[in-house]
Amino acid sequence: MSAPATEGPAPEIGSPRRRSEDARLVTGRTRWTDNLQPAGTLHVAYLRSPYAHAAIARVDAGRARDRPGVVAVFTGADLAAEQGGLPCAWPVTEDMKHPDHPPMAVTEVRYVGEPVACVVARDRYAAVDALEDVDVDYTALPAVVDMEEALAEGADLVHAGLGTNRSYTWVYKNGDLDAAIRDAPVVLERRYVQQRLIPTAMEPRAVLCVPEGDDFTLYSATQIPHILRLMLATVTEIPEHRIRVVAPDVGGGFGSKLQVYGEEVLALLLARRLGHPVKWTESRSEGNMTVHHGRDQIQRLTLGADRDGRIRGLKVDLLADMGAYLMLVTPGVPLLGAFMFNGIYKMDAYSFTCSGVFTTKTPTDAYRGAGRPEATFGIERLMDELAAELGLDPIEVRRRNWITRDEFPYETVSGLTYDSGDYEAATDKALELFGYDALRAEQAERRGRRDPVQLGLGVSTFTEMCGLAPSRVLGSLAYGAGGWEYASVRMLPSGKVEVVTGASAHGQGHETAWAQIAADRLGVPFDDVKVLHGDTAVAHKGMDTYGSRSLAVGGMALYSACDKVVDKARTIAAHLLEAAEQDLEFAGGRFSVRGVRDEGTTIQEVAQATFTAHDLPDGIEPTLDSDATFDPDNFSFPHGTHLCAAEVDTETGMVRLRSYVAVDDVGKVVNPMIVEGQVHGGLAQGIAQALYEEAVYDAEGNLTTTTMADYLVPSAADLPEFTTDRTETPATSNALGVKGVGEAGTIASTPAVVNAIVDALRPFGVKDVPMPCTPERVWRAVRDGTGPDGPGSTGGAR
Amino acid sequence: MPPIRVEIDGTAYEDDVEPRLLLVHYLRDRLGKVGTPIGCDTSNCGACTVLLDGLSAKSCAVLAVQADGRDVTTIEGLGVPGTGREHPMQRAFHEEHALQCGYCTPGMIMAAIDLLRENADPSADEIRQGLEGNLCRCTGYQNIVRAVRRASADMRQGAAQAQDAVQGRERGAAS
Amino acid sequence: MIPAKFEYVRAASAGEAVSALAQAGEDAKILAGGQSLMPLLRLRLAYPDALIDVGRIEALREIRDEGGALLIGAMATHHQVVRDPLVRAHAPLIAAATATVADPAIRHRGTFGGALAHADPAGDLPAVALALDAVLLARSPRGEREIPAADFFVDWMTSALDPDELLTGVRVPKLGPGWGVHYEKFHRTAQAWAIVGVACAVRRERGAVEDARVALTNMGPVPVRATAVERFIEGRTVSSSSLRAAGERAAEGTSPPTDLHGSAEYRAHLATVLTARALTAAAAV
Repeated sequence: MSAPATEGPAPEIGSPRRRSEDARLVTGRTRWTDNLQPAGTLHVAYLRSPYAHAAIARVDAGRARDRPGVVAVFTGADLAAEQGGLPCAWPVTEDMKHPDHPPMAVTEVRYVGEPVACVVARDRYAAVDALEDVDVDYTALPAVVDMEEALAEGADLVHAGLGTNRSYTWVYKNGDLDAAIRDAPVVLERRYVQQRLIPTAMEPRAVLCVPEGDDFTLYSATQIPHILRLMLATVTEIPEHRIRVVAPDVGGGFGSKLQVYGEEVLALLLARRLGHPVKWTESRSEGNMTVHHGRDQIQRLTLGADRDGRIRGLKVDLLADMGAYLMLVTPGVPLLGAFMFNGIYKMDAYSFTCSGVFTTKTPTDAYRGAGRPEATFGIERLMDELAAELGLDPIEVRRRNWITRDEFPYETVSGLTYDSGDYEAATDKALELFGYDALRAEQAERRGRRDPVQLGLGVSTFTEMCGLAPSRVLGSLAYGAGGWEYASVRMLPSGKVEVVTGASAHGQGHETAWAQIAADRLGVPFDDVKVLHGDTAVAHKGMDTYGSRSLAVGGMALYSACDKVVDKARTIAAHLLEAAEQDLEFAGGRFSVRGVRDEGTTIQEVAQATFTAHDLPDGIEPTLDSDATFDPDNFSFPHGTHLCAAEVDTETGMVRLRSYVAVDDVGKVVNPMIVEGQVHGGLAQGIAQALYEEAVYDAEGNLTTTTMADYLVPSAADLPEFTTDRTETPATSNALGVKGVGEAGTIASTPAVVNAIVDALRPFGVKDVPMPCTPERVWRAVRDGTGPDGPGSTGGAR
Repeated sequence: MPPIRVEIDGTAYEDDVEPRLLLVHYLRDRLGKVGTPIGCDTSNCGACTVLLDGLSAKSCAVLAVQADGRDVTTIEGLGVPGTGREHPMQRAFHEEHALQCGYCTPGMIMAAIDLLRENADPSADEIRQGLEGNLCRCTGYQNIVRAVRRASADMRQGAAQAQDAVQGRERGAAS
Repeated sequence: MIPAKFEYVRAASAGEAVSALAQAGEDAKILAGGQSLMPLLRLRLAYPDALIDVGRIEALREIRDEGGALLIGAMATHHQVVRDPLVRAHAPLIAAATATVADPAIRHRGTFGGALAHADPAGDLPAVALALDAVLLARSPRGEREIPAADFFVDWMTSALDPDELLTGVRVPKLGPGWGVHYEKFHRTAQAWAIVGVACAVRRERGAVEDARVALTNMGPVPVRATAVERFIEGRTVSSSSLRAAGERAAEGTSPPTDLHGSAEYRAHLATVLTARALTAAAAV
């Protein structure tokens, strides 16, 4: 690889470059999917099931068809022959139960919000009006709401044909766990519930399909234009090369737009049937019912340890709610946690068992962190419990167990090899920023005077696996695709640069960060680089954006593509300079003859010479372009130490976060401003899980949090100021040394907050507060605890 | 269908509208002013915030007929992209990285401008309270608070400079 | 989502609004600021045949001094009420509670009268009107009538207004010197409705509570006057223990709801804690 720039302007990589994306976003000149309105566009509205579970006896759309402005009405039966089934790309076990999932229900509905008919009309008002004239006769069937009940003998079934509500059971074991637990002097058993969440990207889903003869262009608010294109072709049997998928500006995803949705398939089918562009944009209340949900696990954890706090073994028994159907990676999400429940800790034995369970609820799938937040929550809560049990400081108990900085690379009990890390450095920095000792002193003081507002300190020393993913590893896990990423670089005649990436940003700032990489590697000004993405006609291949993978995988593809361009330019430059290639050095975008500094040419001049092609070496094509893919040989492992101070009003149960310190190690950083922003946003979502958010279903399977008035997304007024900092231990699995940052804040913060709340309430005998830690739940925990003088009062930190 | 006349971003529009037409749909679907997005249906998220006669309003909770005879400013009316004539709030959002996906940004910027109209020099807490009606899922709000502080400083400095310039002219005229 | 169709009448005066309302029949609704109504229309939880828009009737926005009382026009916006010098001077409890309603954009359009006529027991202003013994002025083709706040809130989201009646204003007796006020709102996020709210006004004289008005938000299908609290504290010396003991009586006679954000049992508990806190703040202990 060529050397980095050593002269000219300051390096772009590592600088807090302001984002190129912003110019259109701050002025309202954005291309959201719903903004697009080709002439003749028809609008789609969906009639959705009001029942959690019912047989569809009859659908009568006659009156709706007769309404003014209505072009067509389709039921599931109308489309049954062509709509296929929605894909699940991750059959996690050979005998996994995988029910059919028609984009529009035909004979049975299995969650509230499942589409049963659609109206296509000249405008969205007419379409919505006509829904009221579609009559559906349902025969109610029993709702299956509770996972544990769903697995009981004789339980009502979500899919009668499967004979069970269990989709699969997946097991991983390493070491003799039974022995480790049996002999352990300290054994903790805990049951934690990861509540169901609604991802709530600010941009609701939208899809527009424009038919052009035999070809279709589908615009969608998706994270995965490439995967979507392939899956649409597979489901509809429209040939892949006849479908172009465009993800224009996409307003956040957090995993919720890592999906192949029924509405996307149906847009294609309706456009084909009607020969007109068709558009559908969901409303928020519709989306809360039908965008895939996240989390929703019951965790039974058993931890065995020595009296000095050293962990011997960990047993994880999970139930994971699939919802009514398996969507793109539904069954695999909890399994990502299999590799993370051991966290940063050493232990001798480990066992992980997960059963996927069907219920009559919205399907679950990836939500920011996807399996890793759940696992991190489990182990980080247990570490605090272990500290309390042993009367140790929670930091100390972690120190006694974590992989020390001189032990890397380290093969963990769950089978991953952590390439690098420095948990000591991150923790020391966090403790200092937090003022840990002073806060402990204040805590003791408040306890002493029985202040109704108690102070709690929560710790979370987390790691995660990012850079999804080595293709071979995915293959071994039966995932349906690889984990590489693609990039190309083309130098234009004027010396300007177009970068194409297969990663599909939806708010992360790739257009800026990728331009920084290209500017540095090519030695051209940042402003001379344009990054293109999110259109399968422009970026002809890619694996898209999720799992904190873009930079560690896609950034590396770009890094390689740049180097290929430089290599080719070197050949041309040598020819132009009448020098031998090996005598050229490349720095600051300029090739010069070693020892003769004033003899040289810039890569941008080479681009121009390549375009004119008047004087190229023999056999050299007149292009200065390159393609590259990168397939990592390992995951990357960001880590960090997060500390949270929470004030808990024991009279009302209200929790106020007083301070929050996050020290993250995400390896080398391309743009520290973007990295900090990612951490902030991640923290907000993780804190929201701890305190505010929950998708609630009633006993009949009705979602009762369909609006933002009931599903509480925090505002600025509800969140604290964060203190963020970094340590920098480069990843060894890629030349950039980067790890990934998109999910870190979300993964780390949830247990930090709950640990702080429980820490505040230890004197009351409180060992847990279920999430979200609503004021009522906190108050009940205080009330039902053993009280400030009860047996629980000896626990907690020294 | 009642006729309405609305001044939007400096241009007068006259249209016949269905009474139930929401202002935000009038902007987006009838006028093609798609800079103002829609994020919810219960007026919680604030993505659709515009200024109605100078005060912030959620355009999904206003009927187009209610805007008859009024003056509407949307994000599109603030500054012309690429000309360096952005509003100080737009510049501050860019400089402080107060946006990621940008979907909440138009509403957030309009709400923030309204906030500074009420309180030219708000504290961080006042900014957080003042933006309680605008939800962002990406930024954790921290940089939004920074951006509003920065815009506040820039706008106060701009106002002071303008004042000095006027006084300078007056002094010049008096001498 | 999108509202269903309705007829629309823009009234130029209260008289015009009243006759339009009478003409439109039972399924017509008044459109004031629309900040509560619009989400209901969009979710199609409300299907009015007609909306009578009273938003242009400037006379209904007026806030004026009537001597012993303030008359707050039904169409005075929250934004206007919070800043109004008369309200701040003579009905500071209204200003304090109104400042907690929803968010600034909603407060620009939402109205005092609209919030009361909506009669949502989770709304902040009904309890305030009740605590202050406000009188609501209603106008219909049959003339005008005055409805005391105690009689105005009939049931969950149901006021004493007849279908053809327009709320034109609210008469709020002035609080004289010596009164302290406080609105204690307890909610999970800044935007969320109150799980419980306590509207409180206390007049102290020589270290004792001479007069107390306490009303509760979201402790039943209608706002509730905490009469047991008032009776207990009146005449007592102000101390943290007496105020706490008064708070203990807050849930008496209430029938709080159980919903997503809190159970009835929790609300009953909260009412006692929050009432003590509200009394403490109002009595400036």
